[in-house]
Amino acid sequence: MSKPKFAMYWSGSCGGCEIAVINIHEKILDVDANFDIAFWPVAMDAKVKDVEALEDEEILLCLWNGSIRNEENEHMAHLMRKKSKLLVSFGSCATEGCIPGLGNLFPVAELIDTAYTTLTTDNPDNIRPQTVTQVPEGEITIPAMKDRVHTLAQVVDVDYFMPGCPPESHQIAAVIDLVIEVLQGKAELPPKGAVIGAGHSTVCEECPRQRNLKAIKAFRRIQDVAPLDPELCILEQGVPCNGPATRSGCKARCPSVGAQCIGCYGPAEGVVDYGARLITAFASVIDSKDPEEIEQILDGIPDPAGQFYRFNLADSLFQAGAPAFKKNEV
Amino acid sequence: MSNDKTNKIGVYVCHCGTNISHTVDVAKVRDWAAEGLGSEGVVIARDYKFMCSSPGQELIEQDIKELGLDRVVVAACSPHLHELTFRNASKRAGLNPYLTELASIREQVSWVHTDKEAATEKAKAVVTGAVERVIENEPLEELKVAIHPDTLVVGGGIAGIQAALEIANAGKKVWLVEREASIGGHMAQFDKTFPTLDCAACILTPRMFEAGNHPNIELMTWSEVTNVAGYVGNFSVTIKKKPRYLKEELCTGCRICIEKCPTKVVDQGYEAGIGYRKAIYTSSAQAVPKYPVIDTENCNFFQKGTCKVCEKSCPTEAIDYEQKEEFLTVDVGNIILATGYDLFDARKVSNYGYGRLPNVFTSIEFERMCNAAGPTSGDIVLRDGKTTPKTVGIIHCVGSRDRNYNNYCSNICCMQSLKFAHLVKERTGDTVYDFYIDMRTPMKAYDEFYQRVLEEGTLFVRGKVAQVTDAARKASEEGKLMVQVEDTLIGKQRRIPVDMVILSIGMEPRHDAKETGKLFGIGCSANGWFTEKHAKLDPISTMTEGIFIAGTATGPKDIPTSVAQGSAAAARVLNMIMRGEVTLEPIKASVYQGQCSGCRICNSLCPFNAITFLEDRKVSEINPALCQGCGTCVAACPAGAISGTGFSNDQILAQIDGLLMDVTLADA
Repeated sequence: MSKPKFAMYWSGSCGGCEIAVINIHEKILDVDANFDIAFWPVAMDAKVKDVEALEDEEILLCLWNGSIRNEENEHMAHLMRKKSKLLVSFGSCATEGCIPGLGNLFPVAELIDTAYTTLTTDNPDNIRPQTVTQVPEGEITIPAMKDRVHTLAQVVDVDYFMPGCPPESHQIAAVIDLVIEVLQGKAELPPKGAVIGAGHSTVCEECPRQRNLKAIKAFRRIQDVAPLDPELCILEQGVPCNGPATRSGCKARCPSVGAQCIGCYGPAEGVVDYGARLITAFASVIDSKDPEEIEQILDGIPDPAGQFYRFNLADSLFQAGAPAFKKNEV
Repeated sequence: MSNDKTNKIGVYVCHCGTNISHTVDVAKVRDWAAEGLGSEGVVIARDYKFMCSSPGQELIEQDIKELGLDRVVVAACSPHLHELTFRNASKRAGLNPYLTELASIREQVSWVHTDKEAATEKAKAVVTGAVERVIENEPLEELKVAIHPDTLVVGGGIAGIQAALEIANAGKKVWLVEREASIGGHMAQFDKTFPTLDCAACILTPRMFEAGNHPNIELMTWSEVTNVAGYVGNFSVTIKKKPRYLKEELCTGCRICIEKCPTKVVDQGYEAGIGYRKAIYTSSAQAVPKYPVIDTENCNFFQKGTCKVCEKSCPTEAIDYEQKEEFLTVDVGNIILATGYDLFDARKVSNYGYGRLPNVFTSIEFERMCNAAGPTSGDIVLRDGKTTPKTVGIIHCVGSRDRNYNNYCSNICCMQSLKFAHLVKERTGDTVYDFYIDMRTPMKAYDEFYQRVLEEGTLFVRGKVAQVTDAARKASEEGKLMVQVEDTLIGKQRRIPVDMVILSIGMEPRHDAKETGKLFGIGCSANGWFTEKHAKLDPISTMTEGIFIAGTATGPKDIPTSVAQGSAAAARVLNMIMRGEVTLEPIKASVYQGQCSGCRICNSLCPFNAITFLEDRKVSEINPALCQGCGTCVAACPAGAISGTGFSNDQILAQIDGLLMDVTLADA
């Protein structure tokens, strides 16, 4: 009997998710033992036409990491959806847009201009990439950037979501174990649309630091707090820590070692807009009633977009990637 | 968007006479609801001239009964006005009142837009939002709580005294809190009151005495409210009692300490800066309560460590330099704010020279001067304290009806100026000029008083004074104050020499009215006065149930109106006390503990102290008996673990979805 097929694909992402999968060490052998790897461009050679040749839903499990940044990403998303029984939005880029999603703060032309004109860019002819280029051998094309970054679920139907930048290896291992158990008939799949490989609460739940009533007089960058109290809640020390709003599941890795949570596990269960939640939470614990002083305290957060939407911008309420007028949906 | 087609929603669009229909095409909104929102479960949409009228409400009741509606949306005015009306209509027809939503297409649409087409589109969006929201609404049951029979009155001026006496005389206990050392307020400073010319002290001091000695009034002067927790019927109020440096229980009010005190201080308070008081003092001999206070900033002992004359002279050993401020927490069911007004600072109008030209006086200085118990024993004299003026000019509207300062009319300045004109005439026989913009004498017996002053020979000049100066242009102007004014009745500039100028300064909101408003959870108007629940029909209630406002805290007023408001506020409080219990909206927050990470962000936010952190389980919990459904914690919870009934995330997000829906009909 042939083994069920496994695929992993990357689109607009950094590759860290692939590393995280490899980082499960010998557990990867279980993947190999239980699955036939049909398509995994990072790990083995295969062509898109090989995938196209498969039956619909012939791939049992596809881990998709990366945002939908260009037309090719979107095309592949539709293809992988069609060929996969279970499509998992794997990691922050696929689930929330992550760092590529911050591109939604600017028009694409501006992004390209910036990328091709920075001081460290060697571009004497001031060229820009063209989607269609004529060369002696004929016409070559590259995929066009979409006008904004979408999450995978904004483009195709997704079965499960696995947050994290990247997802923690122990969570990946646990999910793989679960899928294998399901294959062996020992467990059942969670309901469609569920978040897997993560907790239901927030990072604070797993954080070992002491938490008290909060009254913040000033926000400071972590390098400006010396020394950071190793026992006390980082937010209470004035460092904007995103732990209170970020889904649990990482074992509070960053706060445990003295760095503030930056929110890579995304919003907690049921939260629609991560940044909005965090903004109201931070605003709520500012210890001042004087509007000018409050303004000053808030100015202590130097990069609000990066603080509140570093991972979630493409999936946020005001950049949800869905048309504003619902009935105009295509 | 809900695809639940099982709902039966009725949509009712109100014309509000022409208030809405003038700017919004009501029929189009109705058609949109009927056709565009049919897929959302709207089974009937109607429009009606006045939905809040009996026939309007009956339309809804009838549809609920005949069509079996399970949700109702009324597109009309703000929920503040008629949410209860329509919820009650639904209730009468057997539908849970919380399944009825109001879409505000008057305050938020027709009143704020002029483009009819765009306003109609917006009204459709607002209605769509309400429909999407109401689908997510859940039936809720109202709660009843008992009302504490005690009342807090803040401010011991005439309005507060009146309110306190009304309630106390009805047999209910009142806490009367005043931040000055004596009650009486501004009225206690006045000499005569217009238009009857009653002596202010003669009519006020008996009331002060009564309030100070009433068995049902707990008088707390030299005290301030520092914290207010709770809600209608059950407020818990913290009062700071500032140290008088004197044991009240020992003080007999003999005033020997005041007599012996060696330090004289210019009294910027009660005497308005034209008289003196001692470093240990009462505002006046008629002060209620009779106990003095020590002004530590000017007391020799507090500043230099020596003196103690008051302690040595006190026959009952009542002086206590070690006294500290005390905090007291009292439970009350209702609160009346009668915090009064501040006076406009005449120095701001530099062209009138107050503070620079000695013989320019403010109205409050002049009140003290006229007062027989005041610094000049009632003699009208120049700043030198002895010269009687020959000519006096009175200027109206100083700081009022002036875009540079306050744009509103201070209500009492015309009558106050006429009173001054009369008093000057009566006591000195001087020539009096009265410079006014418009004469406003509308209340009972006011215009008759104006006629009387006219007949007494006061010279009225209609025009806004440009300048008061002591710079003489010719010999005859030497030593005079020159009043430069355009006499608008003869159309000429005039330059009138006078010896004394009285500036009729206007009323301003208390400098700390905004903070007071915040403390008690009520709002202020753009000008800074406390905002009434309804400017015409509910002028002494506020948007916060159980908090009432009376007197000049809501805007400039004369004494009779302030007194009437004090009585009115008392009547409302007694009404609440007699009712015995109050119905609370069942809007409550609760924590979904599975999602709470115990981050404690919400812990210090609850104004009602309803949130506790469970140390053992590391989660926060809300006590539903204390929760008032304000929503603060719901908004603050970063994990989305707190939800509020009536304002759930599902409801609000559905409403946003509805607002953003394309509201054009295919055939439109």
